[in-house]
Amino acid sequence: MGILVNSNTRIIVQGITGREGAFHTKLMLEYGSKIVAGTSPGKKGTYVHGVPVYNSIDEAIREQGAIDASIIFVPAKFAADAVYEAIDAGLKLVVVITEGIPVHDEVKFVNYARKKGVVIVGPNTPGVMTVGECKMGIMPAHVFKPGRIGLVSRSGTLTYEIARELGKHGEGVSTVVGLGGDPVTGLDFIDVAELFFKDPATEAMVLVGEIGGDAEERFAVYYKKTSYKKPVVAYIAGRTAPPGKRMGHAGAIISMGMGDYASKKKALEEAGIPVAETPSQVPVLLKQVLRQ
Amino acid sequence: MKLYEYEAKEIARRYNIPVPRGKPVSTPEEAQQVASELGGQVVIKAQVLVGGRGLAGGVKFASTPGEAREVAAKLLSTEIRGLKVSTVLVEEKICISRELYLSLVIDRAARKPVFLISEMGGVEIEELARKYPDKIKKIYIDPEVGYSSYMSRIAVDVLNLPWSSIGELDSIMKSMYKIMIDYDAELVEFNPLVYTCDGKLIAVDAKITIDDNSLFKHPELQALYGREYSEYERKAKELGFSYVELDGDIGVISNGAGLTMATMDSILYYGGKPANFLDIGGGASRDRVKEAVKLMLLHPRPRVLLVNIFGGITRCDEVAMGIIEALRETGSTKPIVVRMLGTNEEEGRRILIENDIEVYVEMDDAVKKAVELAKR
Repeated sequence: MGILVNSNTRIIVQGITGREGAFHTKLMLEYGSKIVAGTSPGKKGTYVHGVPVYNSIDEAIREQGAIDASIIFVPAKFAADAVYEAIDAGLKLVVVITEGIPVHDEVKFVNYARKKGVVIVGPNTPGVMTVGECKMGIMPAHVFKPGRIGLVSRSGTLTYEIARELGKHGEGVSTVVGLGGDPVTGLDFIDVAELFFKDPATEAMVLVGEIGGDAEERFAVYYKKTSYKKPVVAYIAGRTAPPGKRMGHAGAIISMGMGDYASKKKALEEAGIPVAETPSQVPVLLKQVLRQ
Repeated sequence: MKLYEYEAKEIARRYNIPVPRGKPVSTPEEAQQVASELGGQVVIKAQVLVGGRGLAGGVKFASTPGEAREVAAKLLSTEIRGLKVSTVLVEEKICISRELYLSLVIDRAARKPVFLISEMGGVEIEELARKYPDKIKKIYIDPEVGYSSYMSRIAVDVLNLPWSSIGELDSIMKSMYKIMIDYDAELVEFNPLVYTCDGKLIAVDAKITIDDNSLFKHPELQALYGREYSEYERKAKELGFSYVELDGDIGVISNGAGLTMATMDSILYYGGKPANFLDIGGGASRDRVKEAVKLMLLHPRPRVLLVNIFGGITRCDEVAMGIIEALRETGSTKPIVVRMLGTNEEEGRRILIENDIEVYVEMDDAVKKAVELAKR
């Protein structure tokens, strides 16, 4: 089980011949992900780690049959075009790894995808992985042990750190979802929580947030109101972040009086969600909420 | 990337948004010249890229060209919130009847541009949002549809303006959206937008922030990038690192924005103070590690360096070599505490230990050690 992707998900890699695309295609194949095709304009007829390359998704579907999902590695300048291609080809899930896409491009394709009922993971995400079944992303797979915790995050390495802490305490992950580090992303915490709360393999959720925007605050309001839910533990990065400064991620900025650590911690705690002070406290708090 | 007020106003003027008559100058003599051209009372505004300028004494009035010269001389020799003032904007003084707030930003929750509209202009939006959240009206724009004139009919009512202002307001709002799209702006803000004594709308202050990710589309703006940064911020950006300066004494080098912030936060949690945010990004090579470590070894503020690399596929022996080379090239004796995970961990650890550098497996242990060393 798990959410968004599983062992049956048929995947195409857009930008498969690039350095990152080719490298991670190899790692995803090694993990067992069903990568059936790749695209790279003008490279039709070539292969990357045994995966056939096409000029377009349309061609790939004609030759390989139905494709469910795409993972995008193309450079920021061409990323929006790749997203529209995937949506219009009828794919249901698009994982956008690319960092540095202009925010107005993101606004447009995220709205377009939502109207078409297509799920976008990212942009600027490590991807999504249902542990033991399917990896659609760039995360180091060995850090994630299979288990009962749904992990949703706005960052990459910090998520790996927390997955490792879970593993040390004998806890594993059902699915890990990277929302992406940009101000506008396809999914938010509420979208992913709704999936995790319905997933039989997930017993609790770990939310890894960071300063900037109000996604954590909105999740807290939702969590308080919803009746069907599972225990949640949170970690929020950026307590020491000064206002008005972008902390690496385009989305990690305290601006217009919104998005600081204190506001997020307060909102989550008021909704009954414990907030860990360090990554190492996450499994400790998780044990407590799971015992209750 | 933030634009200066005078740059934002030049853009506004080009899009037919009324702004006060005036000019940016960099000497008291020019200020006097501009003031005499404008005639009458003028306002002189320090051009700095920080908020709260008014409260920090960066906005002054002058009644005569001579006074304008004196005021400009004073402003051009001061600092506003730590920033040197090299340009002042000299403008005609506007007779203000009411101060309004009008901005266009990207709403993350709705994933759309949104107008923020309030009749309580002149205060910072931060304060407005905190004190009177109900006094801010939001109008969302569907990116497929764009701006539509009905939005100004909502705004004219919210702003409590006479119906006779509808034409001006519609034109201003339409131009704001056009600026946002044409310039890939994250923010177009007029605060205050003023209703003058003779019943006109004028943007007395203007802010435009350009989306950094879109600069490749705007070669004319690329040259401006980086000017809002401090010396070390600029150096770090030139090397391709994300970097933010803080005021603590423990230098932080990590990979990934979230983990870098978590490292800083853990320093605070264990009683220390981070000196900076430095994210060297994914797949840390020996050279990148070396450049990052060198930058922080040569930085005067940090007393201790904490390197926290969570490598999935990063090679720890490469990280270790990068650190050793940085020490060798700078000759620095600053203590370095390292936490690293990844491929070739044993080899990396051996290299560091041979060179008397403390290396840890757990993040907490490394952070505690760095805090302890900084207090020594």
